Amino acid sequence: MSKSEQVRRIWILADPLRCSGCRLCEVACTLKHENTIWPEASRIRVFEYIPGINVPQICVQCSDYPCVNACPTKALSVNEETGAVIVNEEKCISCGLCIKACPGKVPRIPKGKKSVVICDLCNGDPECVKVCQEAGYNALSIVTGHYRKVFETYAINPIERSKFIAMKQYGWEVI
Amino acid sequence: MLYGYAGKLIDINLSTEKISTVSLNKKILKKWFGGRGLGTYILWKELGHKWEYVDPLGEENILLILTGPLTGYYPGIKTAVIAKSPESNGVVGSVLSSEVSIELKAAGYDGIIIRGKADTPKYILIHNDYIELKDASKYWGKRGSEFLREVMKDVYHEISEREKGRGLPKEPAIMYIGPGGENKVRFASVMAKWVHAAGYGGYGAVMGAKNLKAIVVKGTGALPPIADPEKFKSLLKEIYQKLFGAVTFRAWGTGAGGYSVGAVSSSEPIRNWQEEWHNNHEISVVNFESKVWIKRFWGDYGCPITCMKISYVKYGKYKGAFSDAPDYELMAYMGTNLGIFEPEKIVYLSWLVDEYGLDGINTGNILGYIAELFERGIITKDELDGIEPRWGDADAFAKLIELIINRRGIGDIFAEGIYRASIKLSEFKNKDLTKYAVQVKGIGVGAHGIRSKLDYTGPISYAVAVQGGDHTSAASLPARSPQGELNAIFNDSAVICSFTSWIGFDKLMEFTQSITGWKITQDDWVNEIGLRILHLQRILLLLGGPDVYWDPRIHDDNPPRFYEPLPSGPQKGAAASKEEVEKLKKRYYEEIGYDEYGIPKIEVLKNLGLVDAIKAVERIKSRLGIQ
Repeated sequence: MSKSEQVRRIWILADPLRCSGCRLCEVACTLKHENTIWPEASRIRVFEYIPGINVPQICVQCSDYPCVNACPTKALSVNEETGAVIVNEEKCISCGLCIKACPGKVPRIPKGKKSVVICDLCNGDPECVKVCQEAGYNALSIVTGHYRKVFETYAINPIERSKFIAMKQYGWEVI
Repeated sequence: MLYGYAGKLIDINLSTEKISTVSLNKKILKKWFGGRGLGTYILWKELGHKWEYVDPLGEENILLILTGPLTGYYPGIKTAVIAKSPESNGVVGSVLSSEVSIELKAAGYDGIIIRGKADTPKYILIHNDYIELKDASKYWGKRGSEFLREVMKDVYHEISEREKGRGLPKEPAIMYIGPGGENKVRFASVMAKWVHAAGYGGYGAVMGAKNLKAIVVKGTGALPPIADPEKFKSLLKEIYQKLFGAVTFRAWGTGAGGYSVGAVSSSEPIRNWQEEWHNNHEISVVNFESKVWIKRFWGDYGCPITCMKISYVKYGKYKGAFSDAPDYELMAYMGTNLGIFEPEKIVYLSWLVDEYGLDGINTGNILGYIAELFERGIITKDELDGIEPRWGDADAFAKLIELIINRRGIGDIFAEGIYRASIKLSEFKNKDLTKYAVQVKGIGVGAHGIRSKLDYTGPISYAVAVQGGDHTSAASLPARSPQGELNAIFNDSAVICSFTSWIGFDKLMEFTQSITGWKITQDDWVNEIGLRILHLQRILLLLGGPDVYWDPRIHDDNPPRFYEPLPSGPQKGAAASKEEVEKLKKRYYEEIGYDEYGIPKIEVLKNLGLVDAIKAVERIKSRLGIQ
């Protein structure tokens, strides 16, 4: 096991089967980070490409951080304590190379935002998880442990993932 | 500075294909708020002078898709759809659960004005500043889920291309019509996400008449600025705590009503309202939960309750049918009103009306009417294209639905809606068949009867209401209070969900202030802003036309059926009383500011700043021969 894998980190476990699509997570996220409600700037976004199939998408903090490595201006760095990718808004030139590098197409540069947005894990105490738990859905939970390799597999396109879930939930006819 | 609003509407003329934006000024917004209020004002300004001559299904009608100042901020969003109604010929503020509203705000708009008529089927695509009318020919005729699947694929690809380099956009929000709207069935709805509908008003038919299949919106910006973000955040937390406590509402949605409104309140439509009581456990929420709910909690953007469910029949004859809970209204109207109590059959019929884009309430209302006429031998199998609509026979009702959406044979008459159809059939049969029609002002009455007095509705809830049979906008006494119509007008004008707004009116006003910065009191709402909207709506309803007009002396009344005693159950014998209705009506008129004929009083209009509406009142009086 390499050193980085031995470090105990936190992850946000997102369960689409428990997700109601209420998007209180998005509200909480952008109230904290943007001081307003801004669905496309939320660091966690719940996709609903097919009605009733609610797929939360969030950074999984890959062990090799392809986004950080792809950044030409060193605007992205890793918080060694939480493992979160931290965006330096001053340095970000919105080139989009981090998005290209991300296997889950997670980073986003919404209109009106001068830099990329990526989940910073709220410094270890994520607002999205809190509100999801308070609401009683428990679609989001914090997990700690050596799950890095497993979490990396969650970095997949949410649209493609929603088609799989729809096939399971409704049958293939729907997609 | 304007808070809570984008301050701008998109203005699209489908005939000329001209697209522009118009600014909204603060004075107008303070007076008319948004959604139903702002919509009523825009229609009045644009069409008021010739209202009686505007065909709701003609090119001159204007369709409005509107948000409100609280949309997107208050937990539980709605999108408002407003136009001259092909059902009531007045204005019906109709709302549906759809993210179109939040996408519009995130794109920088408070709504869309849609004029004219497209030559060929079109849909509107809005992606931030990019607004385009696009060809919808290949989608025309498609049922809801099939259309949504195809259009989502096409537009998502297009939007993603335009967002290239900015990351993966979330899906756009889409509202659309089905074949019902395309064929201008007067009770066609505007749909979203398979199962959500703006039913009352018949605006699916208005979209169809404009050759407009859908509206697709993607906004990627922030919502408009909030006046007091800190106050807003603390209020939001407080409201969440309250709404998280709605345990049974989250668990059941309105779905417990299918059993309880009949068994407990004796106010559920059964077999075209011939009865309102049953004690049939088959329609209990436990059976829906056990047999068909495959998603237990489902909500739209920002909803702390998520009362919706997804039902999906996975076995048997109706395999593949889906719906939401269905909600109580459709449990009643696709169920009990047709003598149906089995969950699978109710989901099946709900699925059909959603797929065809019909208002399930008004569909179930007219199907019950047809079945009663059939039961009484007034209308025959031959006249019904070989269909025998017997109580409980879901397959026969499914065939009738198809007859209606295709306007085949007698279906063409039914497609005109319960009021117009009952008049036409009375003429054909040379006897009064309007007495079996359970409607008020052209709108089939929602599934909450008034006879038992055990429901929230009362003797004049529908009779005097400006949206007639619409159970979401029922009138109550005292008239000038934050209940009944004035409460509904708030929810529909702020454009929020009435299932999340029960936090107390003062708290709602506090919330409104945190967003808009405007200090509005309950008194301001019930004596001024809300009242002004109600009066203007009332004027437009009474102007009516061109094919249907209302005389309050005749039409401010209950359907005849409500005066018949309930034949069964613990409330057996209960009925509405003419004397009581007259007494309460008089009181309502006085309190709300209508004259003895139910027409807005001139001095009240002056006080409300509606001086330019006085001429319209004169037009109403002259038609009615009142001085």
